[in-house]
Amino acid sequence: MPEMFYMQTQGALLPHKIIENDRAFPIRYCPRAVVKRIAAVKQEERNMEAVNALKLLLTFDPYVYNIIGVSLRVSGIALLFSTLIGIPVGTILGLTHFRGKPFVTALLYTGMGFPPVVIGLFVFLLFSSVGPMGSLGWLFTTKAMITAQTIIAFPLVSGFTMAAVLSVDKNLMKQLQALGATKLQASWAAIKEARIGVLVAIIAGFGGIISEVGAVMLVGGNIEGKTRVLTTAIVLETRQGNFGVAIAFGIILLSITFIANLTMVTLQKRHLFASE
Amino acid sequence: MTEKSYYIRNLLKKYPGFELEIKDLSLFKGEIFCMLGPSGAGKTTLLRLLNFLEKAEEGEIIFEGRNFSYHSNTYPLEVMRKITTVFQRPALLKDSVWKNIIYPLKIRNQRVDKAEIMPLVEELGISHLLRQSSRTLSGGEAQRVAMARALVFKPRVLLLDEPTANLDPTNIKIIEQMVTKYAAEERPTVVWITHNHFQAKRVGDRTCLIDGGLIVEVSEKDTFFNNPEQQKTKAFLSGEMFF
Repeated sequence: MPEMFYMQTQGALLPHKIIENDRAFPIRYCPRAVVKRIAAVKQEERNMEAVNALKLLLTFDPYVYNIIGVSLRVSGIALLFSTLIGIPVGTILGLTHFRGKPFVTALLYTGMGFPPVVIGLFVFLLFSSVGPMGSLGWLFTTKAMITAQTIIAFPLVSGFTMAAVLSVDKNLMKQLQALGATKLQASWAAIKEARIGVLVAIIAGFGGIISEVGAVMLVGGNIEGKTRVLTTAIVLETRQGNFGVAIAFGIILLSITFIANLTMVTLQKRHLFASE
Repeated sequence: MTEKSYYIRNLLKKYPGFELEIKDLSLFKGEIFCMLGPSGAGKTTLLRLLNFLEKAEEGEIIFEGRNFSYHSNTYPLEVMRKITTVFQRPALLKDSVWKNIIYPLKIRNQRVDKAEIMPLVEELGISHLLRQSSRTLSGGEAQRVAMARALVFKPRVLLLDEPTANLDPTNIKIIEQMVTKYAAEERPTVVWITHNHFQAKRVGDRTCLIDGGLIVEVSEKDTFFNNPEQQKTKAFLSGEMFF
């Protein structure tokens, strides 16, 4: 059976030579028949990979389910933290006026577009053995990944929340105050009024971190069974040529994002139309 | 009508290009006090000061015997919760009509007794709307809901900022009847801003004219409309003030 050898060229794996019956053909001089045979073998291998990926999913393969579990746990906890901090911060920024607010807002907007890998770098330096929090020993653990993802999602959640709260009718805020609402009660009412926007903020935060790869790769280290998540697994499997498995992980990632969004939108819709 | 609820002394509120100055004004429990005046005269500003939603630069507001001078940084919640305002444009929460009405009770952690609230709701003709979303209401219905929400917690002071300005005669009549009935039963202080002289004649006990941030005249309704002391009031009532 002919076998293809690859060579790493400028970061990509390219077909280099083919060996059949102990004869080596450089790829450009390979007989057409051999190339065809190889293509057929490769196709079969890919089909097998897809079947294997499905098998991995359906047989509750611990490798796959561990990766899904780590992904959901890391991004879920990070989303929870960023929501708990981001929604109050966004609401305060949306409802109050103070000196330096334009500066804080500009900072937040910068954070919304900040490259996650740079945040990963900062968190890496923070938790590295010589970093200020190196003694915690969090580097290459899910704790560091949660920290990085919380920092990535926070500006998204608070920025979108601020924009949503800003759109709440100012007359309503005055009216609530005139009805005797405390600042906290009026703020809570504003969040409820802007609930669609706040939901978008949470979805944006989740979308930003579940699909993020650079930061988790840096601070998590992609350790199998510990810090490997769907995105880093896709990178690894693709590099190893296991395209079927990589695609399967991609489908899982897309499905998780879709289900999460659908759940949130459905809950919101139910809440919106419950009183109509 | 002898017991004072508000006593305002040398109150000064400044905005860029505008000043409201109230030298001396008393408001009494159980009265409906109508405020007339051209747009931009300072009526709404005074209402906001009476609701303690804004701070004045100088002067004192004595409310139910307690002095809230201009330098009071915050107003006690229990004082603010005795007062409410109904604005010209009803601002309702994106929720059901019922939840809007009981909102003041919820924020006060008060018991919500439907049997107690229903007579008010029925009188305002909104009992069939309770389960509807506030977004489906007409302007008149929304203002009646806003009125129910303002009265549900029995405020000691009811401030009305042209609540019937955009309404049809039927809705105006419902709201006027509701306020006069509430004033007669609970004896609160009602301050009603209106541009409609006839409305002030119908519902008011005393009437005042504000112009350019100053009170021109305060007097009993009959005196105000039939025999005003000030030339400016005469001009205002005859419509000449605007020409």
